[in-house]
Amino acid sequence: MFISCIRGLGRSALGVLEMFGSYGMFLLTAFFWLFGSPLKLRRVLEQIIFIGVKSTVIVLLTGAFTGMVFALQVYYALTKFGGEALLGPTVALSLLRELGPVLSALMITGRAGSALASEIGIMRITEQIDALEIMAVNPYRYLVVPNMVAAVVSFPLLGAFFSMIGIWGGYLVGVKLLGVSEGTYFGEMSNFVEMKDITMGIIKSLSFGLIVSWVCCYKGYFTEFGAKGVGKATTQSVVISSVLILIWDYFITSISL
Amino acid sequence: MITIRDAYKSFNGNQVLKGLSLEIREGEMFALIGRSGLGKSVLLKHIIGLMRPDKGEIFVDDQNICSLRGTQLVAIRQKFGYLFQEGALFDSMTVFENVAFPLREKTAMKESEIRERVSPELEHMGLKNDAHKYPAELSGGMRKRTSLARAMIMQPSIMLFDEPTTGLDPIIGQSILNYIQLCHRRLGFTGIIVTHDVPRVFSIVQKIAMMDDGRIIINGTYDEIIGQGNPAFQQFLSGSIEGPLHYV
Repeated sequence: MFISCIRGLGRSALGVLEMFGSYGMFLLTAFFWLFGSPLKLRRVLEQIIFIGVKSTVIVLLTGAFTGMVFALQVYYALTKFGGEALLGPTVALSLLRELGPVLSALMITGRAGSALASEIGIMRITEQIDALEIMAVNPYRYLVVPNMVAAVVSFPLLGAFFSMIGIWGGYLVGVKLLGVSEGTYFGEMSNFVEMKDITMGIIKSLSFGLIVSWVCCYKGYFTEFGAKGVGKATTQSVVISSVLILIWDYFITSISL
Repeated sequence: MITIRDAYKSFNGNQVLKGLSLEIREGEMFALIGRSGLGKSVLLKHIIGLMRPDKGEIFVDDQNICSLRGTQLVAIRQKFGYLFQEGALFDSMTVFENVAFPLREKTAMKESEIRERVSPELEHMGLKNDAHKYPAELSGGMRKRTSLARAMIMQPSIMLFDEPTTGLDPIIGQSILNYIQLCHRRLGFTGIIVTHDVPRVFSIVQKIAMMDDGRIIINGTYDEIIGQGNPAFQQFLSGSIEGPLHYV
């Protein structure tokens, strides 16, 4: 009984190690092809349109409402101690440092990450990836690298859009609806928001872009056979990416403070 | 020339290749027949280096493909064309883009030169009016022909056909075989056709090998094999359940 328990634990540990190794090798191979061969610019642009441009509407929409509801909640809390003047910087700092990068990354994962995993997964099960290899076209260079580059480019831009529209949403609610003066909203914001806050948001978005494209490409690339396999890969890619975004967000925030 | 020496391969304990040996001469059209699910497609993937044998050697033009890595493997693969059983067409690309893909990726040809090369190939395959269609809009036969055109566009010296007529009606199936024969005459490649389409395929190949239980059990020209009166071959031709080949 005891021995079989230990054996089971050992097997699980080996399985986890193997999985980490496989993820690591996948990323290293992608980096090798990223830096070791010319970038396929056309493919990168196609993927920027797919990951970035086509996610813009959903990111702007969620950004606006996040900023609006956040302004409502913060205003409610600030009135408890007469700190309404801090509404602008609170909304801006939260959006730039935290909500913008994280929520936009989660939205893009749901929209583009899942599609990415399923597209590559379908290519795997219908032998399209084998066809690439047979035609001596490296699948990492053709499929994985352009997606990673596109994600690393798109995520910070979309994160910035999210924060910008969120601040505007906060302005609508705070200034137009709740009566905070426009000068106070923006004036206090420029007093409190520093360049390092903006940089932090960009760094977070960059790393989220890498994480999401890495996980989604990996899951699609190693899809098991059949429609069930693609479904499983898609679901897992979204769940793992989302969880990793939140975990990595905590670590990167705690390091930077 | 392709030489397979004593190849073994197993998947999760299931031994698929059990010391298989085979030799295919340059420019020869070769049919590989045998019961379904016994490793014929696996053998093709070994020949092109998509899979590696657990034991044994596979030589393509005197190079052991099992020991090749990186750029060497890429270089040798450029000799190959491969017709997948299900076509493996890129579903986000049109017929034209699929056929042009290897030229765009592997050559420095200009778009006008690519067009000049692809258009006659599509016409040759009877796809001239379908160049703008996506794979989802094509019939099974059209998909096979597109895949065939894509495989042929780089004018390979070795062609591997994985069940080129499976799932097609007899007339379209025959037209695909005719296309293969035509391309063989035009390009003179070494061809291996994995198929169950017997006896029709025999008219376009010079040699036939039959695979069973992970080995080649019959190998020779049609006349030689018929002359031997091999019961397994007779059973396979007649499709009888009774005989030395067991139903799996």
